[in-house]
Amino acid sequence: MSEFRMPALGADMEDGTLVEWLRAPGDTIHRGDIIAVVETVKGAIEIECFENGILDKIVVSPGATVAVGDVLAQIKEEGRTDVVAPEPRTKPISESPDRAVSILSPSIAAPSLPIAAMSLPPRRISPAARKRAQQLGLDIETVQVGPGGVIGLAEVAAAQHLPQPSTAETPQPVKRGFQPDGMRRAIGAAMARSKREIPHYYVSSTLDLSLFTAWLEDANTKRSTQDRLLYAAPLIKAVAVALRSEPALNGVYVKDNYQPSKNVHVGVATALRGGGLIAPAIHDADTLTPDEAMARLRELIPRVRAGRIRGSEMTDPTITLSILGEGTADSLHPVIYPPQVAIIGCGAMRERPWVVDGAITVRRVMTVTVAGDHRVSDGRSAARFLNRLDKILQEPQQL
Amino acid sequence: MKTSYDGVDLRREHLLELARQMILIRCFEEKCAELYSVEKIRGFLHLYIGEEANAVGVMQALEAEDAIVATYREHGHALARGLPPTEVMAEMYGKAAGSSRGRGGSMHICDAAYRFYGGFAIVGGGLPLAVGLALADKMLSRKRLTCCFFGEGAAAEGEFHESLNLAALWKLPVLFVCENNGYAMGTALERSEAVTDIYLHAESLGVPAQTVDGMDVLAVEEATRLAAAKVRAGQGPQFLENRTYRFRAHSMFDAELYRDKAEVEEWKRRGPLVQFKAWTVDRGILTEADFNSLEGEVEHIVAEAVRFAEAAPLEPVADLAKDVMTPGASETEARS
Amino acid sequence: MTEIRTISYREAIREALREALLSDPRVFLMGEDVGRYGGAFACSKGLIDEFGEERIRDTPLAESGFTGAGIGAALGGMRPIVEVMTVNFSLLCIDQIVNNAATLRHMSGGQFSVPLVIRMATGAGHQLAAQHSHSLENWYAHVPGLRVVAPATVADARGMLRKALDDPDPVIMFEHTALYNAVGDLPTTSDLTVDINHAKVRRGGRDASIITYGGSLPKALEAANKLSGEGISCEVIDLRSLRPLDMETVLASVARTHRAVIVDEGWRTGSLAAEISAQIAERALYDLDAPVERVCSAEVPIPYARHLELAALPSVDGIAAAVKKALRQ
Repeated sequence: MSEFRMPALGADMEDGTLVEWLRAPGDTIHRGDIIAVVETVKGAIEIECFENGILDKIVVSPGATVAVGDVLAQIKEEGRTDVVAPEPRTKPISESPDRAVSILSPSIAAPSLPIAAMSLPPRRISPAARKRAQQLGLDIETVQVGPGGVIGLAEVAAAQHLPQPSTAETPQPVKRGFQPDGMRRAIGAAMARSKREIPHYYVSSTLDLSLFTAWLEDANTKRSTQDRLLYAAPLIKAVAVALRSEPALNGVYVKDNYQPSKNVHVGVATALRGGGLIAPAIHDADTLTPDEAMARLRELIPRVRAGRIRGSEMTDPTITLSILGEGTADSLHPVIYPPQVAIIGCGAMRERPWVVDGAITVRRVMTVTVAGDHRVSDGRSAARFLNRLDKILQEPQQL
Repeated sequence: MKTSYDGVDLRREHLLELARQMILIRCFEEKCAELYSVEKIRGFLHLYIGEEANAVGVMQALEAEDAIVATYREHGHALARGLPPTEVMAEMYGKAAGSSRGRGGSMHICDAAYRFYGGFAIVGGGLPLAVGLALADKMLSRKRLTCCFFGEGAAAEGEFHESLNLAALWKLPVLFVCENNGYAMGTALERSEAVTDIYLHAESLGVPAQTVDGMDVLAVEEATRLAAAKVRAGQGPQFLENRTYRFRAHSMFDAELYRDKAEVEEWKRRGPLVQFKAWTVDRGILTEADFNSLEGEVEHIVAEAVRFAEAAPLEPVADLAKDVMTPGASETEARS
Repeated sequence: MTEIRTISYREAIREALREALLSDPRVFLMGEDVGRYGGAFACSKGLIDEFGEERIRDTPLAESGFTGAGIGAALGGMRPIVEVMTVNFSLLCIDQIVNNAATLRHMSGGQFSVPLVIRMATGAGHQLAAQHSHSLENWYAHVPGLRVVAPATVADARGMLRKALDDPDPVIMFEHTALYNAVGDLPTTSDLTVDINHAKVRRGGRDASIITYGGSLPKALEAANKLSGEGISCEVIDLRSLRPLDMETVLASVARTHRAVIVDEGWRTGSLAAEISAQIAERALYDLDAPVERVCSAEVPIPYARHLELAALPSVDGIAAAVKKALRQ
């Protein structure tokens, strides 16, 4: 038994319509016999069979359109033929092209970018200037624009107080005082808008972090120097986990509408050289282990300080965490970064007298302040959050 | 067919060879049609079925050192010239063992060993090239001719006019063979030429011309021997208008809306194999059994060619940029 | 100490032709009016008397016919030089060049070689109007299987032909009509052959790289001169080979100067300048201090009236302005 298939009659023929059978089942057919007529884009073409035999069963009836390669009829073999058996084929000439799969799925709908660091005036920087600045260890973000609004080699050279770039090859140490620039102005504008539009409320708690710091010290004895955990990492995780139970603090407020976020992307406030401030996201901080959070920080902070931040890191934070750090001040009352609806400020860790079981002892404590958007939440949300955070930090091994 | 032919060996051995060559082409082309319909051969396929007498007849009068320029309908010419059917089939399959290493396909069968220059896909495009090959022979005092095959459709192209003029002007050793099958793709000759006698075009350009019955292989051989002798004698170019007919469509994807089935059937009755068989059998030079035996022999050859092509490997993709320029000749490959 | 002699570009071509014809019996020149007329641009004056009608072969007005014949003759063992009077007329034989000369080696799987040289005059500037003013070097530089060169100096006009004839593949040599009368120096040494693969830095500079070829070279050099008076130091690169392009030389220059200005007499759209620009963007983006500038012909068929023709073509002032734009001055 063999099969008579729709032949390919042209390089671009994909299908044909069977118009007429010129032989009937039971007929003896020979190689070269015209046995059917097929309608194609070029007109009706008679098609021949390439073997001897008996036409057995008609599979496709007149009027049907089938693809090149599809079976039209069965032929019962009679005697020897020397037809080259066609290889089994599953698809005719043209395959449907792979559908392009969209790989972009923004994690939150943020129609407007957070103002901080994104509302800077556009700075056109030539590739050569970028490269030169990098070689010199210069922060390109702090170089002043030249004519035409462009930062070119000349501007980089000027920022360095060096003669024309083409003659200087060795990098020189950077020596500059603080220069007010576009970033400072942009931060100012953003903070002013925040205070203008967002009714801030503040709730503070001072948390006993003795257990937390003891756990951290112990954890670090088991790690090499380069894998050391800084307290910020598990703290970020703890904050993120605590936020899961307070959706009113984790989301974005846009066009008079609050959208709580199902992810917790913690923006980590980072100081930049020269006085700038930026809070890039650590995505899904609640799902990370402290080591993973540390790895992210280790990669993120230097990169951001070098001026290479990713768009998603700027647009995605659902909450911001600002840690003042060692030897600074007791507490911090930060300003919310719109379109976020809360911000958490951590003061320095201090040793303070503490009451435990009715007795005075010394504990390591940190004051955590939540600023909230009163349009979306109130002090109770913040208080619940702080309690939750406290509980988590008392069981650091669960992080 | 005629009763006698000047200069043609009419004995059994030669006639058997003519039959064999024509049957080989017929069988090879039919196999190609089959292979094309199952997508083993791709692109364009132009079959020579019905025109076998032309290539076979002409080749009898050519020497090994003569050059051949042909068109995209050149499988028959390649086989009659002696190119191995295995390599020609492998070329159709696009395999590295093909005549043109798989780079040319059906329309560009090339073989330097046979001075077979292909295989040109632009109608009329090969004629100036043939003129140039003949020019080189003349300037280098080499006694060989260039045989240029083309269809009657080429007579409309400017290059036909330019080439024949140059050949006549410079008295070049070109044998122009026009295979007039009446149709340039879908356009009948009388719809495209005010003067349908192509030989007259040639003569008007100064190239002596003959018409030949392209369905009669012996007439083709006779006319070619005569014309080739004149070319070799230094008389300049000669032109043959072989009147013939293709039994199949222009190419595979052609509904033949432009001609009558009755006309095709009429020509088939006068087909080269039909006529030749009748002529040789009537005169008792060849027998029915001879033809059957040849058909069997040829089927084996073609089957072997298909097996060879099927089994032959493809060129590796890494060799894509090979043979664009001459390797090592300059630094062209070092940069792009 | 080698002495120098001063000759014209046209003279240099003629000398190169003569040297080729003398040294290799396979070489012959074929084209319209190359024989009795002495060449449309007088490049083959007197050669027919010395070498005869067979080797200095006048042809009828049949570009496709005689260019194809050149290809066939090259296939058949000769070393023909086909002269297509101008690139404007080459449109009549572009089929033979692109479909035969460029493809035969590849289409035959490496069996056939076409050692053909095609010389064409090119360019605008003599008020010859739209059909006689084309610069289509980029059309040929587009095609794999061809080599394309553009001698812009007397030394190159003298020395490139030999190398082109020795090449086993088809070489198209473009001679800008504005250069035929230009004069230049040649040493009196015997071997004046030059390579046809590399670009040359015609003038060293620090502030910008001006990249050009053919008839635009003198304009580029003049612009560089003018700018040096204003304290701007330009490096001028003569591409010399248009296919393949010597991008190594170009990129090395851009790495030093950080600014690229490409001068190309072709129309801007789809020009050779566009190709070079793309390659600079692909391979030297991080060296650029400014976008690449292109100085090309305006998008108009070249007009007859002198002032319009001048406005349409690249000019010295236009080149200088482009350099300043790249320097943001």
